[in-house]
Amino acid sequence: MTCRLNQGGVIDRSKPLNFTFNGKPLTGYAGDTLASALLANNIHFVTRSIKLRRPRGIMGRGPEEPNALLQIGEGPSTLADQRATQVMLTEGMNARSINGWPSLEHDLLSALSLGSKLMPVGFYYKTFMGPKGWWERYEKLIRPIAGMGLTPDGPDPDLYEKRDLHCDVMIVGGGPAGLAAAASLIGTGLRVVLAHEQALWGGGLLASRTQLNGQPANAWLEETLAALHAAENIQLLPSTSVFGHYDHHFLGAIERVREQRPNAPIRERFWKIRCQRLILAAGAIERPIVLPNNDRPGIMTAFAVRESIERYAVLPGKQAVVFTNNDSAYATARCLLDAGAQVTVVDSRASAGTAAKAMLPEQTTVIYNAKVCDTTGKKRISGVTVRQTDGTFTRMDCDLLALSGGWNPSVHLHSHASGKLQWDEALATFVPQNDLAGVRAIGAMAGAFDFATALTQGSEVAREFATELGSKAGTDLSLPEVSHAEPGPSQLQPLWRVAGKGPAFVDMQNDVKATDIELALREGYRSIEHVKRYGILGFGTDQGKFGNIIGLGIVGELINKHPTEIGTTTYRPAWTPVTFGALVGPDTGELFEPIRQTPMHEWHVQAGAVFEDVGQWKRARYYPKAGEDMDAAVARECLATQKGVGVLDYSTLGKIEIHGPDAITLLERVYTNNWQKLGIGRCRYGLMLDENGMVMDDGVTARLGEQHYLMYTSTGGAARVLSWMEQWLQTEWPDLEVYLTSVTDAWGTISLAGPKSRELLESIGTDINLSTEQFPFMSLRTGAVNGVPARVQRVSFSGEMSFEVSVPANEAAELWAMVMRKGEAFGATPYGTEAMHVLRAEKGFIIVGQDTDGSISPLDLGMEGMISARKDCLGKRSLMRSELQRPDRPQWVGLRPKDPTKVLPEGAQLIEDPAAKPPVAMQGWVTSSYFAPRLGHAFALGFVNGGRARHGESLYAWDADAGVIPVEITQPVQYDPEGGRQRD
Amino acid sequence: MGRLWMNTVPQRWHIDMLMITCPWCGPRDESEFTYGGEANIERPTDPEALDDAAWADYLFMRSNPKGWHEEQWCHAHGCRRWFKAERHTVSYAIRRTWPMDEESS
Amino acid sequence: MQNYSIFNLARHALGGHRGWKPAWREATPKPRYKVIIVGGGGHGLATAYYLAKVHGIRDVAVLEKGWIGGGNTGRNTTIVRSNYLWDASAALYEKSLQLWEGLSQDINYNVMFSQRGVLNLGHNLQDMRDIRRRVNANQLNGVDGEVLDTAGVKRLVPFINTSPDIRYPVLGASWQPRAGIARHDAVAWGYARAADSLGVDIIENCEVTGVRRDNGKVTGVETTRGVIEADRVGVVVAGHAGVLAEMAGFRLPIESHPLQALVSEPLKPILDTVVMSNAIHVYVSQSDKGELVIGAGVDSYTGYGQRGSFQTMEHFLSALIELYPIFSRLRMLRHWGGIVDTAPDASPIISSTPVDGLFFNVGWGTGGFKATPGSGWVFAHTLATGTPHEINAPFSLERFHSGALVDEHGAAAVAH
Repeated sequence: MTCRLNQGGVIDRSKPLNFTFNGKPLTGYAGDTLASALLANNIHFVTRSIKLRRPRGIMGRGPEEPNALLQIGEGPSTLADQRATQVMLTEGMNARSINGWPSLEHDLLSALSLGSKLMPVGFYYKTFMGPKGWWERYEKLIRPIAGMGLTPDGPDPDLYEKRDLHCDVMIVGGGPAGLAAAASLIGTGLRVVLAHEQALWGGGLLASRTQLNGQPANAWLEETLAALHAAENIQLLPSTSVFGHYDHHFLGAIERVREQRPNAPIRERFWKIRCQRLILAAGAIERPIVLPNNDRPGIMTAFAVRESIERYAVLPGKQAVVFTNNDSAYATARCLLDAGAQVTVVDSRASAGTAAKAMLPEQTTVIYNAKVCDTTGKKRISGVTVRQTDGTFTRMDCDLLALSGGWNPSVHLHSHASGKLQWDEALATFVPQNDLAGVRAIGAMAGAFDFATALTQGSEVAREFATELGSKAGTDLSLPEVSHAEPGPSQLQPLWRVAGKGPAFVDMQNDVKATDIELALREGYRSIEHVKRYGILGFGTDQGKFGNIIGLGIVGELINKHPTEIGTTTYRPAWTPVTFGALVGPDTGELFEPIRQTPMHEWHVQAGAVFEDVGQWKRARYYPKAGEDMDAAVARECLATQKGVGVLDYSTLGKIEIHGPDAITLLERVYTNNWQKLGIGRCRYGLMLDENGMVMDDGVTARLGEQHYLMYTSTGGAARVLSWMEQWLQTEWPDLEVYLTSVTDAWGTISLAGPKSRELLESIGTDINLSTEQFPFMSLRTGAVNGVPARVQRVSFSGEMSFEVSVPANEAAELWAMVMRKGEAFGATPYGTEAMHVLRAEKGFIIVGQDTDGSISPLDLGMEGMISARKDCLGKRSLMRSELQRPDRPQWVGLRPKDPTKVLPEGAQLIEDPAAKPPVAMQGWVTSSYFAPRLGHAFALGFVNGGRARHGESLYAWDADAGVIPVEITQPVQYDPEGGRQRD
Repeated sequence: MGRLWMNTVPQRWHIDMLMITCPWCGPRDESEFTYGGEANIERPTDPEALDDAAWADYLFMRSNPKGWHEEQWCHAHGCRRWFKAERHTVSYAIRRTWPMDEESS
Repeated sequence: MQNYSIFNLARHALGGHRGWKPAWREATPKPRYKVIIVGGGGHGLATAYYLAKVHGIRDVAVLEKGWIGGGNTGRNTTIVRSNYLWDASAALYEKSLQLWEGLSQDINYNVMFSQRGVLNLGHNLQDMRDIRRRVNANQLNGVDGEVLDTAGVKRLVPFINTSPDIRYPVLGASWQPRAGIARHDAVAWGYARAADSLGVDIIENCEVTGVRRDNGKVTGVETTRGVIEADRVGVVVAGHAGVLAEMAGFRLPIESHPLQALVSEPLKPILDTVVMSNAIHVYVSQSDKGELVIGAGVDSYTGYGQRGSFQTMEHFLSALIELYPIFSRLRMLRHWGGIVDTAPDASPIISSTPVDGLFFNVGWGTGGFKATPGSGWVFAHTLATGTPHEINAPFSLERFHSGALVDEHGAAAVAH
């Protein structure tokens, strides 16, 4: 049976659309929402409630809809919790209800509704407490019943986009107020953006018979939109929900691109809007009246009924009861009559306003001083009971109950930004105080329900803002003359709920009943926030757009307080739910964070390197040959380096150039050691502390000229060190004349390490004299390598003689290839970070971030020799505190497993008694651990409490997986403690 | 749709709530800046002359007011200059920004 | 106290539930108490409960400026775990976890503590070293935990993106099975009801405006409902610790930052555990109602605004979709911020103060909710005896002078 009227509506009857609901094929038209298309097919019953499994129907007409939350589509593109009143129908749409097993019609869990008395609010808090540890078992039964939609089963096939938008005036809401405001700004030269939540412009006008300039409103709408489209300075964003209003006039909005262009490549676009002035014309939402059994399918708000008829040409019932406490529902009664329905109006007041009365033919049954106090029906309402003040009860049949308890302005966007609300006695609801600078709420959102006022407000605020922004006068919008207007919610008499037997639902989605509010109050949950939280009132996906104000009203009645004494409700973003994918846009996958690659990256890939992530860098970890595992590859790389020459891509090391007359002073302040006597062309190792005295970074700094230094930092620490020094310079030491430049990416660095490194470098060709006499350890030379300008440093992180050759980044790949070609004669072997770690660990060199963790001081590392007594430096004072002087602090040691083949797990803890039961006192931990191929045994580095005095002692390394491994404490340096090899 | 002058606006991928006026570059989105904590905490000229309590005071104690707060910001993704701002820690309003070397008020 | 049970519920159902009594009385302040607790959040209420129950001190008032549980108790992501690195932290949070395990029965209020386990993901080699070090320390301290590899993570969360090609691949995780989530509001209400039944006065809408002192000793507090005297005062507030300290004439090493969280629309069960990723800054669990509860690290700048920076949220949502591509089409329902008072070492301050008889239990940063029972338990001991329990001794104010920080963010541990 179709409920579609033969004429009228703003649907496109030339474009029928096929869709299915719970597998049943149905049709609608372009311009329908899923809800209107369902109603056109006489489907009200669309879901069952979560807790009590009661049949529920479509009740609202927009974001307030609490019931009609459907699953749309299948597989990876399925959409959960879709509000049918906001989903535009598309060809082939496949919608289904989630709650209902085995089907919506026949649901075995509907037996739960019988137990509703046993499950009042707070039910879970009072039950399922024992036996201890059983809650998880109960949860297994409860969780599947709760929840609503289904998660997609694969990655999102759609694309999203983020866009910034800066404008002078932002207008939210494309109803009459917003449109008038926008039209008034045409030609002002101001950048104006008008966003509207729906696909069609017009808001309340689309469901109204109001005439503008003596014609149906449609004519004015078309004319206005044409002018706005043509205007250079106006940008229109239809199908765009502004979901949040944040500090400093920032708004977030989601454009559902495919509502306007079904084949668009982008599904949704996230607009990040910054405006100078904000006009909020977000409208209002009609609230129902709470009454016993008010949740049956076929019960709707009066405006939803009116919009259904006027906009979608769908008559949602043939025998209607309209129950109201204000004048606005009379227009609904008139629509119903004109569409051929039988109508009875039940009005809780003694009389209606004149305009309301004038809406209806005289013979219409209007029962004043009456309330609907119950309903009947199972999967559709079949009748109501009306109670009059004189005590008479009348039972009448109906298939539709239209409710109007007044209107709630959609104050959310005002409220998000901490705008204050005030109680409007006439409307019995909150309206914005309009206390936010540069922000104005107008129209129904500000409590102005007649179109004439809305249009005037729009025009006035637009002109006011334009003047404030110094624009030339815009179009002097001649406001249309309004006639045949429907009455607004005037002469309202607050009526929050009708008492009676039967569950009266305040928040449909969570099955919160009026009696639950009573119970919450009885149990001492007195604050409105407690009532809401205890009663889960307003926590559904509609976020209480129906229920919150009614709940406040009911609480007020129960404790005999005015709603404002109880407190307002805080509205948190989002206004309507926002797709995660849209907020993320393209910032995922490769764009989640930048990937940094060295100039030689491609060579490493070709060589089959295995990479590791170090900060944002991809570093070659090792280069396995066929049949090699990591251990074998690393052993080969280590030995090749120690016996011949190894080649390491060292480009990732942070490089900061320091210029200026006060460069030394800066170094003296940020490093613990002395820098006064470093000659030009010489290098020195430095240790950097934070002000708390903990090691923050380390590295070698070279003096390039009189006032010119090159500081190396750790790979991961480069950005931190640079910004940290900048902060000190700019905020604390502005008197220092020194300039910092990051040159990390400007250079590619190739480290040649091993006894044959000099020969290899010579064979490549350089004008630098590489002899130790001319080019001693810890010095830097500039010159040409293979004809390319280069900086060559004789430093060593491997313990071997090494030359670190830096060339401009674009030359580095070629030089690397050259090194590898020439290196064949010397057995040159590329080595990765893993071999680098082994080589440095043999020498007891730390890696900041691996061996230190932000809680290690230079004293703990045995580096007190690095701390100059002559001067202050950052962090030095902190080292003097008692805790840092404690002799039993963790101290840097070497560790030798007693079984030389056992490599300790990194992260193993060190204990004294392997048989002890928890809690076991820990003596230290392992930070770095390897097998040293040259030495033929495993070794490790780590920390042991008071460890420097305990060399030779035995401990046990303890690991959850590897078990207990006996170790001996040694000095940290395993090989060549005198450092002869690196000095040569 | 109206003519989209927006199409010519360069895309950036991060935006935020605060609008901060860099004293050198003008008003920019918060995402261009990094926060540097409370302003006007001077590093003692002779730390070793301080006792542990005084050193801890410099190191750790912060005014953390509920209200106006003078603080340091860096236009990290812009001119890289540090400056001071007076921001309200409840409303997040920014009353004033000024270069490091100018007097506070 | 009326007993809560399914039988009593059935009995009351017959009477239309008209027989239920208030969970806690609407107490009017007395002129004097033995102990005043400032702050009616979970920690304050727990403190009052353990003072009465463990130490027999029932002449106690809890002063709350608004409604109990209205601060971070009602704004957090409800994760409970104890797998901290340092001994001091592990002892404190493990004490708390043990109390959680029997809490519903102890206070006869179902706080829905669901021990569904917590995964802390590792995305690079250093993460995995840190995870191993922490799990080993945990086991030696008697805290449950194990190290999982990628496949182990996949077994627990089959839809997590474990492709080696993602920007920061999942190399493994630490897994604490006894960890989980709880119903945050219930913790405040349950403790309030239990404390009330032992005689504690819970006084809402009572803001402390001054701390009365005489000769370096606390004598009471000034409030919006008048002066209330007390022998000892315990301050257990979040978001306003510094304000209270200022009233008492000293400063705290604390800064207040926004911490953001959000929930999705409710879904049928999809995620059965809690997954945290410190390296890429997102954590997620699914509430019993079906909402995905999602959070991240603290915002950079200080603020009491209970809202954070949008870019922080965008970034942690990117991380979310990076790890869980199937969440892309789900929708954010609501987002909000709390105020976290953070000490330089990201550990709390549970300590005596320069004012005799005045004790502070503040600065919980992002770790507060999980610590609620343990925090109350040790602070009750501190207030009752005037000296810290050995568990909270390391968390003194004095540590900022000596340098004995309990550095849970500098070291390998994870936030939250």
